[in-house]
Amino acid sequence: MRDFASVLFTAGLAFLLLVIGSQLAFGAPPMRVGGELLTVAGPQVGAANIVTAILLGYRGIDTLGELSILFAAATAAGLVLGRRRAGGPQDRPGGLVLRAGADLLFPLLVVVGLYVIVHGHLTPGGGFQGGVILAAAFFAAVLADPARALSHGPIVWLEGLAGTAFILIGIWALVEDGSFLAPMLPKGTMGEILSAGTLPLLSVAVGLKVGAELAGLMASLAETETPE
Amino acid sequence: MLTWISLLIVVLMLAAALAALLLENFVAAVAAVSVVGLATSVAFVLLDAPDVAMTEAAVGAGLSGVVLALALRRLGLWHLDAGSSPTRAMTRGGE
Repeated sequence: MRDFASVLFTAGLAFLLLVIGSQLAFGAPPMRVGGELLTVAGPQVGAANIVTAILLGYRGIDTLGELSILFAAATAAGLVLGRRRAGGPQDRPGGLVLRAGADLLFPLLVVVGLYVIVHGHLTPGGGFQGGVILAAAFFAAVLADPARALSHGPIVWLEGLAGTAFILIGIWALVEDGSFLAPMLPKGTMGEILSAGTLPLLSVAVGLKVGAELAGLMASLAETETPE
Repeated sequence: MLTWISLLIVVLMLAAALAALLLENFVAAVAAVSVVGLATSVAFVLLDAPDVAMTEAAVGAGLSGVVLALALRRLGLWHLDAGSSPTRAMTRGGE
């Protein structure tokens, strides 16, 4: 019965997709947005990295949506996973090589992560990528020595403040310019670190939020007790 | 030259994806999934998309592997030896 139901469901889904596919005209209307943005984005936003200009300048609300999805997923995971009991069994530390390696990697990863975040409007990368690197820096230490657990209090505060800063910059643009998350502030010279208006600020907010969120998520995943 | 590198990457990606499906050891399968992500990020570099390549390398090769590995540990399926582990028994039992 269950097999029959799943076959029926799959067949129905395939039929629907085929119908939709046959109704759509392939390659029409032609998408001209990409080419147009390539020529317009540079002078309009002032960011050397056009991908960041699109992500934070033209499609800022999509980035906000991605942040919300990540937040919902991390919150749900934290809710399901729960915390370790106070007297529960502790994981063994990883040994000298892992601990020394994690200690050596930590400053390197933090510097690379911050570089990627701050230079999001100049070079490839940006808030998301740098945030994941930052989270990895803090999580490597937990992996090497589980006793040095991350304290969740500051992480939650940092995440909340970064998310609030992103939305406040958007509302500021809404009040001043009339559209949510429109790039504000003088554009400066393209290619310099202080250019492209509010884009670096938004990038930093995204990076801190993603980094804090993922570090918290992985820490709570690592803190759960293992059945044995 | 670039064609050959792309071909190598595609073959590596397919082989790692197959390995992730066929390996009986869950830890090895998670490692194979990370290799797929890493090969995908190199493919994105070859396609002149460094931003996507960085995201793929950080999320696809790094983060998702860590999350999957931690999930294995949480479920009690973390066994490095494939020989006599309950992993194998479970896989057999499911077939």
